[in-house]
Amino acid sequence: MIAEYVGRTLPPARPYLVGREKVREFALAVGEGASVCTDLDAALAAGHPDLVAPPTFAVTFTIPLMEAFLRDPAVGWDYAHMVHGEQSFVLHRPLYAGDEVVTTLHVDELRPRAGSLFLTLRAEVADAAGEPVLTAVSLMVTAAPAQSAEVST
Amino acid sequence: MTAAAPGPGDALPELSLRLTRADLVRYAGASGDFNLIHWNERFAVGVGLPNVIAHGMLTMALAGLLVTRWIGDPGAVVGYAARFTRPVVVPDDDEGVTLEVTGTVKAVDDEGDIRVATVAITAAVAGKTVLARATARVRLPA
Repeated sequence: MIAEYVGRTLPPARPYLVGREKVREFALAVGEGASVCTDLDAALAAGHPDLVAPPTFAVTFTIPLMEAFLRDPAVGWDYAHMVHGEQSFVLHRPLYAGDEVVTTLHVDELRPRAGSLFLTLRAEVADAAGEPVLTAVSLMVTAAPAQSAEVST
Repeated sequence: MTAAAPGPGDALPELSLRLTRADLVRYAGASGDFNLIHWNERFAVGVGLPNVIAHGMLTMALAGLLVTRWIGDPGAVVGYAARFTRPVVVPDDDEGVTLEVTGTVKAVDDEGDIRVATVAITAAVAGKTVLARATARVRLPA
């Protein structure tokens, strides 16, 4: 069950290549009109090595990893009733098109409260050289399972 | 004010952003989040929602435009966090809903060789806040 995973680090995900067109597509979808996200010449002129991914872009590859973990029946998480409670990003440097990043998930904390479970999952994202790029922390909330364990002997 | 020399208490230029079903579908494709509650009214109502709701991450990204438009370069954002407090219900019409975004500089700090502004952001629909503790940290131009 989920409580057994708290404190664990999951195996690193396979590398994710940040694509230029994906950055453009994401920027368009969130209304980010900054030229450094869509125009390569503008990005280079501003001193960036390639297009700048918008600040929340990393969810495109961190949330699916979290979903895969939480949908695993062995984890025992009620995915159908889950809501996203909080999200934070720390960007150690901008994420760029062309970056090939590896994400490692950490199961940091599980708090039961008022019939719900609050799970903190942390994605550490590093570049091909192993240097940290960003940290994305998601708080996921779902219904707690029936409390039968408390009365069983 | 400009982003060149902000100080605590400075207000950022407000944003008013319209959000329609088409925006939700576009974000679903761009983000890979195809959860049915974000585009399928039948399913959303079936799980007890008033209607289709926007992705929390879309709302967060839109609210972040307040800061990236102010600073000019999204690459200057060094941190961004928010709590999702109220679903943004998006009706199936041409009007959609309007997200009102405001923000205030809370602090400007020297951190090593860079200066960082901390901006508190509010995002509301019809006068009700939809994000809490939304805070962005941006590197200021040297």
